Amino acid sequence: MATSSVPSTLEIVRKSATKGGITGALQPSANEVAKLIDVSKCIGCKACQSACLEWNDKVEPVGINHGVYDNPIDLTENSFTVMRFTEWDNPMTGDLEWLIRKDGCMHCADPGCLAACPSPGAIVQYANGIVDFDSDNCIGCGYCVKGCPFNVPRISKVEVKATKCTLCVDRVGVGQGPACAKACPTQAITFGTKEAMKKQADTRIADLKSRGYDQAGLYDPPGVGGTHVMYVLHHADQPQIYANLPKDPHISRVVQAWKGIGKIGGLGLIGLAAVAGFVHHAVMGANRVTAEDEKKGAKVQEDQV
Amino acid sequence: MSGTPGTVSRYTAPARANHWVTAISLVLLALSGMSLFHPSLFFLTNLFGGGASTRAIHPWIGVVLVVSFAGLFFRFVRLNLPNADDSAWMRALPAVLKGDEERVPEIGKYNAGQKLVFWGMALLILVLVISGLLIWDQYFAQYSRVETKRYAALIHAIGAVVVILILIAHVYAAIWVRGTISAMTTGSVTAGWAWRHHRKWLREEAAKEGRAGKA
Ligand code: HEM
Ligand code: SF4
Repeated sequence: MATSSVPSTLEIVRKSATKGGITGALQPSANEVAKLIDVSKCIGCKACQSACLEWNDKVEPVGINHGVYDNPIDLTENSFTVMRFTEWDNPMTGDLEWLIRKDGCMHCADPGCLAACPSPGAIVQYANGIVDFDSDNCIGCGYCVKGCPFNVPRISKVEVKATKCTLCVDRVGVGQGPACAKACPTQAITFGTKEAMKKQADTRIADLKSRGYDQAGLYDPPGVGGTHVMYVLHHADQPQIYANLPKDPHISRVVQAWKGIGKIGGLGLIGLAAVAGFVHHAVMGANRVTAEDEKKGAKVQEDQV
Repeated sequence: MSGTPGTVSRYTAPARANHWVTAISLVLLALSGMSLFHPSLFFLTNLFGGGASTRAIHPWIGVVLVVSFAGLFFRFVRLNLPNADDSAWMRALPAVLKGDEERVPEIGKYNAGQKLVFWGMALLILVLVISGLLIWDQYFAQYSRVETKRYAALIHAIGAVVVILILIAHVYAAIWVRGTISAMTTGSVTAGWAWRHHRKWLREEAAKEGRAGKA
């Protein structure tokens, strides 16, 4: 349907704060792309973090050492991805497992950030599933932070604009994979169509199961309509152990109430009140002071003098 | 305050200035806030120089409102304390709405409806400041958790809607009851207005005037 040179996968299918662009997940299609992160293959080298800063032309100021490997300690306006390290005591085996998860935007099919955004076109979703922030339209209110079930967006201090992983949409648009996938030395990060990535995940999961990880599985949470960044987890039954990856993420009910019934109901009530005023005035007419009132009022005053 | 015969003075100049600063900031807050509340109203951000500056300005107008409303609060709180006339007035509400004032009991400077506006605004502005500070992320993002902010945003939106409903009722009453607006422009109302709507207050004021005259 695209008329210009934009690849059909980069057609914008949803815009924040625009009619029809509020609820429901992206319709599954062959256009969908995905990044697959196999945590069992990650060695925690952070090449992806460096590549991300490099490609996005960002510099993370030198921070402080918190006594753990996580560096920076959280996502920032510059670091769209951060490796999160967890030392986990496996109660079944008694082994100490070192879990490493690459955190960042999940590119939800039903993005909470987009649902919460009040500014038309500041957050868009492409036909390929990528969720992108458009700085020109961003007003820096931080509503996307409240909408996101994964606590991903950050607001830059100076420009006051929301930032996050773009899934390297600028690379994907010209047939490249994301910078992090390119840099990963173990191919723990791969990129392709969502279908292909799911198939690849299946072979990885079969392999992990054969090695005794019988709970190995794919993280593609249905609560947000599935995601375009998926994980292969060796303990898919308990995603929380991977630095609090939510087990059943969905757009918060509070945000749904705020952006759903709240928005429509609020506007309706205000409209109703205005109409009630007009109707009351039309039916009752003005409440005027009569000449009689003036006489009696003046008399009260005179009586006292 | 020896008034012109036939008029009663209702608000001093500082009280009126205080009221108008409050009113203007409340309207600007309602407009800038509503522009972010519903996409169909986003065009209102043009009044404030675009989306980003609307976002930046709105909370600062909130600060002006809070300071200004605090002034109104302390000026008027004593006269807005509930008394026995309030329940009588509430029972006569159907007559009030019909404008059939002869069937409404005599009341002092404020009727129960006006008191509800006063206390409703006071309570909701408090709710709006607290919830507003919690979502003022440009300066205070690090002081609350995201889950808290979600509730704050919802409460802020609900609070704003109720404030706007009260505002509509308040402005409508001032327009419908003719002769009211002069109280906030020139500062005085006619004796007839006072007789019709606030008879007890008229008697009190006249008595004060009388005593002052004799002294
Ligand atoms: C009293 C201090 C207040 C503060 C500190 C405050 C702060 C805020 C903040 C930080 C936001 C988010 C957008 C932005 O950053 O501009 C906001 C939104 C909003 N405010 Fe306020 N505000 C205050 C008072 C008010 C009042 C009195 C009203 C109504 C008359 C109001 C109505 C709104 C509305 C309707 C929204 C949009 C809510 C939504 O998007 O659902 N605010 N306010
Ligand atoms: S993870 Fe958060 S920021 Fe990324 S698409 Fe989902 S809701 Fe939006």
